[in-house]
Amino acid sequence: MHELPITESILEIALRHAQAADAQRIRNIYLVIGQLSTVVDESVQFYWGLVAEGTIAEDARLQFRRIPAEMECLECHQRYPPSEDNMGCPSCGSEVVRVVAGDEFYVEAIDVDSNAVSEEIDPAGAEA
Amino acid sequence: MSERIPVAEKILSANDRLAQENRARLDAHGVFSLNLMASPGAGKTSLIEHTIRGLTEQMRLGVIDGDIATSIDADRASAAGALAVQINTGGECHLDAVMLQGALNEIDLKQIDLLIVENVGNLICPASFQLGVHKSVLIASVPEGDDKPYKYPGMYRGVDALVINKIDLLPYVPFDMEYFKRGVEILNPDLVTFPLSCRTEEGLAEWMDWVTEMTESHRRGAASTDAAAPQEDSECESKAS
Repeated sequence: MHELPITESILEIALRHAQAADAQRIRNIYLVIGQLSTVVDESVQFYWGLVAEGTIAEDARLQFRRIPAEMECLECHQRYPPSEDNMGCPSCGSEVVRVVAGDEFYVEAIDVDSNAVSEEIDPAGAEA
Repeated sequence: MSERIPVAEKILSANDRLAQENRARLDAHGVFSLNLMASPGAGKTSLIEHTIRGLTEQMRLGVIDGDIATSIDADRASAAGALAVQINTGGECHLDAVMLQGALNEIDLKQIDLLIVENVGNLICPASFQLGVHKSVLIASVPEGDDKPYKYPGMYRGVDALVINKIDLLPYVPFDMEYFKRGVEILNPDLVTFPLSCRTEEGLAEWMDWVTEMTESHRRGAASTDAAAPQEDSECESKAS
């Protein structure tokens, strides 16, 4: 339910890094989102159309990489995916465990068109 | 030509930066703060009312109430004797650092020792947004069911203390305390837990003691770090001495 502020935040990060690189267009935005982060891809995609409009990121594609949740047993060091109603270790039954993956929630990279090839925005300078 | 730029930046980094500013502001005034989170109806406002009434002799309390609409909760906190500010989130399902910053502008931090922030009733979204408060507290309640740690791991993992409210209903509803606590223990080992009932007041004293101890140790810590610095907050200082 909080995908709007999240989408705005993704846009802000992407624009800031694109501007720092003097880019003309953002083509792809690579997002890494762990299973334990409560974010719905489709919803972010929906808001993207609204918040990115009129910016250099408006045509950018959002590329989601989902990381499954993974636990590690601190007794026998088995790694396993948590099941719905039992988060304990399936091998030794220990409940001394920790989450090792699934919390991720960041912008990994962006693909941009750099200054030299921007035929739409600066056709006169294309040969430069 | 296309080029890939590495970013590696947390999506909520802007919120997190603002949360740090909120924390610095609270620390500058020696105010200890709690973020209370729970599902709707778990008893956040009732616990706040009891906390205000129980601690009002020892410290000055402020309450910031987040709600989708209405000022019912802030009115209750105000009636119980606290300085209260309402944030209407206009439909947002959680408080974030920006909203808290706005509310901090409306409360005189020199006038309080403890700030309680009542988040929007929701077990999902509030866990994702740091506010900058010192401790996060989750209020579970017996009628919600014993499976909540398993269904909302993000919330249970992120908190510093757990209140289990409405324990007076344990004889009447199916709630397996062992199963509940096992889930909590896996997600958040050694989490400090307060089983209590706001209705019968059983267990409330332990909760009050914890809040008092946390507030006082924060004030002592703030006083010792501020000792060398120019003191703008003379009122807090004189009260502490």
